[in-house]
Amino acid sequence: MDVTAAKQIGAGLACIALVGAGMGIGNVFGSYLQGALRNPGAAASQTTNLLLGFALCEATGLFGLVIALIILFT
Amino acid sequence: MQSPMEQFTIRPLLESNVEHHFHKHDFIFTNQSLWMCIVVGAASLFLTLAVARPQLVPGRMQSMAELAYEFVANMIRSAAGEDGMIFFPFVFTIFVFVLFSNFFGLLPGAFTVTSQIAVTFALACLVIATVIVTGFVVHGLGFLKLFVPHAPWYLLILLVPIELISFFTRPISLSVRLFANMLAGHTMLKVFASFVIALGTAGGVFTAISIAPMFLIVAISALEILVAFLQAYVFAILTCIYLNEALHLHDQH
Repeated sequence: MDVTAAKQIGAGLACIALVGAGMGIGNVFGSYLQGALRNPGAAASQTTNLLLGFALCEATGLFGLVIALIILFT
Repeated sequence: MQSPMEQFTIRPLLESNVEHHFHKHDFIFTNQSLWMCIVVGAASLFLTLAVARPQLVPGRMQSMAELAYEFVANMIRSAAGEDGMIFFPFVFTIFVFVLFSNFFGLLPGAFTVTSQIAVTFALACLVIATVIVTGFVVHGLGFLKLFVPHAPWYLLILLVPIELISFFTRPISLSVRLFANMLAGHTMLKVFASFVIALGTAGGVFTAISIAPMFLIVAISALEILVAFLQAYVFAILTCIYLNEALHLHDQH
């Protein structure tokens, strides 16, 4: 197989990381809403943890992007 | 058509080669250096002007500066406790620098300083170095207990290496998070901008649809403003959390 073609297939495969990131972010916000609707009084105090969890989840998807870029541009 | 990665290339603006006795120094002033100067200058100018003539009832600029101060101060108090406030200048500087470079990067034609891994990795290394130095100054060799959780000895064989790895990959995850977020956001904007041009020049019905990616760019720009703030916030709060571990080890503040 051509090296360029293999690189592009590899970069595409690296984007599968987004599956996990999407599920993770959905889980973070879904769980937050569940908890917040059950106990709205405590919701405001948990926004820090919400944003932190969102950022940590999102980063795992972006590691996939970085791998894709490394494959494409090296 | 230009590649969407074109916007991240570093170009030299000024070059000078200084011949020394033994070695040659290359001094190159790049667009990266220029935008870092702009960011630092704008942040310093804004915060200096905002509190130049302080009033009891703050005006617009003064209340923005006070809001930023209170925001960071509350973040440190909640994440690292009252004694974490000695790190206020450090965390505030990092927060303002990252926030301003993210926002300046959103200006059309601007260069995003934080989209370079060299910048974010240097910041992350600075944070981790501060954490390690603080830990050893506060606890002495007892800081090494950070890597030994409360667990039976046969689990420690497994847990200590995991703790060590998780501690030493922090600068990588901290820097890659910021850098990749900025890189991905700006690349996405450029990709959608190229859709507008490609559809607009295709002629016929395609020219009419080219307005759709245009509206999408507006929406994504709004999302990018949120991300720019969120990433600065996350970088600062993770700094606080790491400093909290160095100050209080495993027990809560």
